[in-house]
Amino acid sequence: MLLRPTDTREPLVATIAGIPMTTWRLTALGIGLVVLAVIPFVMKNFYIFQITLAIIYAIAILGLNLLTGFNGQFSLGHSAFYAVGAYTAAIMMDRCDIGYVWTLPAAAIVCFVFGFLFGLPALRLEGVYLALATFALAIAIPQMLKSSLVEHWTGGVQGITIIKPDAPFGLPLNSDQWLYAFTVIVAVAMYVCAGNLVRSRTGRALIAIRDHPIAASAMGIDVALYKSLTFGVSALYTGVAGALGAIAISFVAPDSFTFTLAVALFVGLVVGGVGSIPGTLVGGFFVLFVPNIAESVSKGLAGAVYGVILLLVIYLMPTGAAGLVRLISSRLVQQGRTGG
Amino acid sequence: MQMNKRMLLASIAGLAVAVAGPALAQKKYSPGASDTEIKLGNTNPYSGPASAYGLIGKTIDAYFKKVNAEGGINGRKITFISYDDAYSPPKTVEQVRKLVESDEVLFVFQPLGTPSNSAIHKYMNSKKVPQLFVATGATKWGDPKNFPWTMGWQPNYQSEGRIYAQYLIKNHPNAKIGILYQNDDYGKDYVKGMKDGLGEKAKTMIVSEQPYETSDPTVDSQIINLKASGADVLFNVTTPKFAAQAIKKAHEIGWQPIHLLNNVSNSVGSVLKPAGLDAAKGVLSTAYLKDPTDSTWDNDPGKKEWLAFMDKYYPDGDKTSSFTVYGFTVAQTLHQVLKQSGDDLTRANVMKQAASLKDVKLPMLLPGITINTSASDFYPIEQMQMQKFTGERWELFGPVLSGGEGS
Repeated sequence: MLLRPTDTREPLVATIAGIPMTTWRLTALGIGLVVLAVIPFVMKNFYIFQITLAIIYAIAILGLNLLTGFNGQFSLGHSAFYAVGAYTAAIMMDRCDIGYVWTLPAAAIVCFVFGFLFGLPALRLEGVYLALATFALAIAIPQMLKSSLVEHWTGGVQGITIIKPDAPFGLPLNSDQWLYAFTVIVAVAMYVCAGNLVRSRTGRALIAIRDHPIAASAMGIDVALYKSLTFGVSALYTGVAGALGAIAISFVAPDSFTFTLAVALFVGLVVGGVGSIPGTLVGGFFVLFVPNIAESVSKGLAGAVYGVILLLVIYLMPTGAAGLVRLISSRLVQQGRTGG
Repeated sequence: MQMNKRMLLASIAGLAVAVAGPALAQKKYSPGASDTEIKLGNTNPYSGPASAYGLIGKTIDAYFKKVNAEGGINGRKITFISYDDAYSPPKTVEQVRKLVESDEVLFVFQPLGTPSNSAIHKYMNSKKVPQLFVATGATKWGDPKNFPWTMGWQPNYQSEGRIYAQYLIKNHPNAKIGILYQNDDYGKDYVKGMKDGLGEKAKTMIVSEQPYETSDPTVDSQIINLKASGADVLFNVTTPKFAAQAIKKAHEIGWQPIHLLNNVSNSVGSVLKPAGLDAAKGVLSTAYLKDPTDSTWDNDPGKKEWLAFMDKYYPDGDKTSSFTVYGFTVAQTLHQVLKQSGDDLTRANVMKQAASLKDVKLPMLLPGITINTSASDFYPIEQMQMQKFTGERWELFGPVLSGGEGS
């Protein structure tokens, strides 16, 4: 599957079936939004709840993707930021009686600061060493949450139970439908921000650092600052997802945020496509639903089935779902060209 | 005359009800039950760090295969739907919601783990779906006033603590007790049980309390402190790793107290062997199920029944594990509840019947231990028997003790 050299006579606008790519993209986006809007009215509450969780995971994976996909830093510790976000929300709601809406900006700030501070020493570490340092964080957080110093706040091993919010303003939605709507609104805002970020000057700086740090610093980019900032923003995204997750599950406990979660986010990142923003949605749905599918195939061998599915995915789409879409569309563009 | 007439009327009415009873007792169903089927939901950790417990879920599944092969319960087949939650609370919430809202089970039976059950506690009670016989020993599962849809099964930690207290008061009334406990709800439950059981004497008998954190590397310093306090009884409320450390350390420093080891950590394979069988000799603990490896029960009809079940319906299952005994016995308890529920398979009636178990004897419960519940008592098993480690195996001794409140 060799990549063909770029056609020099390529028309300025790539088309499939005579329709420009940008139109295709907008159509896909439009259909996606319509589907998201229709879901709460046609599905059972339980499925709405599952899709809410999948979107929450997608936001967390988006956070990881900003770090790994666009800035080239590895993390096996994003479960820690997810946990910090979740506990921020839970403690605010349960211990301080603050409305759930306000927990999101709070979780965002706390996680940004936490991520930024963690990013500073992590600057000295590259590649696998950074992965290991973040791994240590993922291992440490669940135990720290149990420690007696913070037990008064975190509830220790028992965790914290919070009350699921109802729809405001007397909207005729049940709590699952409302939480779904709330999550979708937050998600859309965060995806738009992420899209703008990576297309901005800052985004180009991040990508430059990923591709060639020395060249980037030669161009006058403050590599250290940008790397730490990216860590902060990445933690912010994952932390907001954690807060949403805590509200949706209405319970937090240290056992919810083990290393398994960090690995799940990593899997979602790779399956969705490293460096792709829409791909993270695929990642979120994969992380939530594929283990269930594996279990329905064989209870005793669920882990093995999951492994096989994962291998197949990696084999069939080595660059993730986003890579597959890119490959198919570029094929179609070329077909259109040779055909027409 | 008047009186007689009234009595006559009453007895006629009574007779009418008695005769019409079975005919009138309409079949009533909540979601998950029908003329032919009863659907049960369950979560167990089949994968992840606690996957050893998955054996319980598999045993229960095998048990209901046996029930179905023998014609079901009141003519209805049991469909046992068990999902993996990997001991992760968010996954438990997801799977339990799937069971209740998508599979539409009649109730959720034996979800395993304290955090997992905490995560669904409110949900089950707001949905009014029974969360029946949960697989955890925390004391909070028996709170019918606030959580009328949740019930525990195994002896809870406080009951066990009271049993040790009874033992001490009877046999060592002048003991000086040192307590080593894990500093969380689990550890504190045990300590509370012990103190409640000792009553007035708690203040004078308990000479030292040493908590430890799960993050502590060892409990060595706590053991040294306890010895220094002059205690001659060690109440060891620890999880397996720390239990082994405590037994070993006490032996190393030559401290030989009356050693009470909580039931949580009395596994020979995973605690006493690593601690050193010599060091563990003489340790006391409690039991409520028959130990499948104990040759005392070789000719016991109860054990034979369990073995026959294992051979026929779960031949791959581990016959030396207490988990298969546990799964078998808890499934039998549910069998009894469903039998009692008759044709009224509503969620409310299942809960009502679960709270109306009277002197239920089961083959793998220790002789003398029975299951009792009532509208205000949501702790099915509260009796245990003391046992002593001989250096090779546990040996039961003394009477069956009851750890129920006020006993």
